[in-house]
Amino acid sequence: MKPFEQLVTEHGAMVLRVCRAVLGPDEAEDAWSETFLSALKAYPELPEDANTEAWLVTIAHRKAIDVTRKRSRNPLPMEELPERPSADPPEEDQDLWDAVKALPDRQREAIAYHYLAGLPHREVAAITGSTPEAVRRAASDGIKNLRRTYLAPAAASVAPVPLPVGSVPAPASISVSKGETR
Amino acid sequence: MNTVEPGSSALPAPLRAVDPAALRALQTRLAAAAAEAGLLDLSYTTMDTPIGKLLLAATDQGLVRVAFDRENHDAVLEQLAGKISPRILHSPARLAAAVRQLDEYFAGRRRVFELPLDWRLAKGFRREVLAHLPQIAYGQTESYAQVAAAAGSPKAVRAVGTACGTNPLPVVVPCHRVVRSDGSFGGYLGGTAAKQLLLTLEAAA
Repeated sequence: MKPFEQLVTEHGAMVLRVCRAVLGPDEAEDAWSETFLSALKAYPELPEDANTEAWLVTIAHRKAIDVTRKRSRNPLPMEELPERPSADPPEEDQDLWDAVKALPDRQREAIAYHYLAGLPHREVAAITGSTPEAVRRAASDGIKNLRRTYLAPAAASVAPVPLPVGSVPAPASISVSKGETR
Repeated sequence: MNTVEPGSSALPAPLRAVDPAALRALQTRLAAAAAEAGLLDLSYTTMDTPIGKLLLAATDQGLVRVAFDRENHDAVLEQLAGKISPRILHSPARLAAAVRQLDEYFAGRRRVFELPLDWRLAKGFRREVLAHLPQIAYGQTESYAQVAAAAGSPKAVRAVGTACGTNPLPVVVPCHRVVRSDGSFGGYLGGTAAKQLLLTLEAAA
């Protein structure tokens, strides 16, 4: 069995991307820590042939549900959060996180688990209790929505708004994964 | 690594960007939280020394393994995962005392290690042999035959060689102080040059 450290090294960045996409940058770090702590606890019982990425994403998904439930029960911050080593995201990124947050849950999860974690639609469906076809649609719709709200915020206002630095104008059509059988 | 799918290039870049420093801070925090929750069975770190990079691993009972670069640290960690537990994290904070004492030793400023040791990787006669080694004083040597006699089995010279060759805690448990009766160095898991360097270091200090 691989030392657990190897999982953290290999998949730490992926799990952070997933937590950020699903929960936003503020709550992502706590969710990351809780995900790996739970994973560490259960790790010795993990079958040798298990797909570690899917396993980690499954745990992250459950942690995200916990956080979301707590948030809805307790909409105000319970206490002052301690200082975190990482800085807040740059302001221009805040629009993006807002746009991701505004997506329907299914679309946000499909983007996180399929595009950011690299899991096939079938695996994402197993984690979220959906079907591969619905996940494929949610991922595709999610990207379209994101491009409409994030990359073209001008659509909602009269004055044209400049694109954020470094972003690319949306193409007329978006190529969505054809790699379903992967 | 994940394959990049055609559609994923449509994602805004900040969704993918990860700050390596933030990730390192998270890993440090994880190791501390894991230790606090009693889930960290093995901590490890590596350090640079005059005999190459050493891997140090510890359980909650003490230092359990010191490994030379030539043993292949990844392979050693995988063995530890199988023999002790796969709940292993890179956790330099938990090995700070061992690193400090080894630094002092290599600088000629320490003669005796004062570290809790976990002997679980040495069993039976090998363990008896290894337990005797710290009694060979700094800067001194004993022959394999002398060690065999001291361990209570004068005929077990070859077994003493095996015990030294499989010492899970080299340098700290000084198997480098065991040499051939004719005065030549004999073998060493870390290489003859490393053994020579350690004995020269101790002779000079």
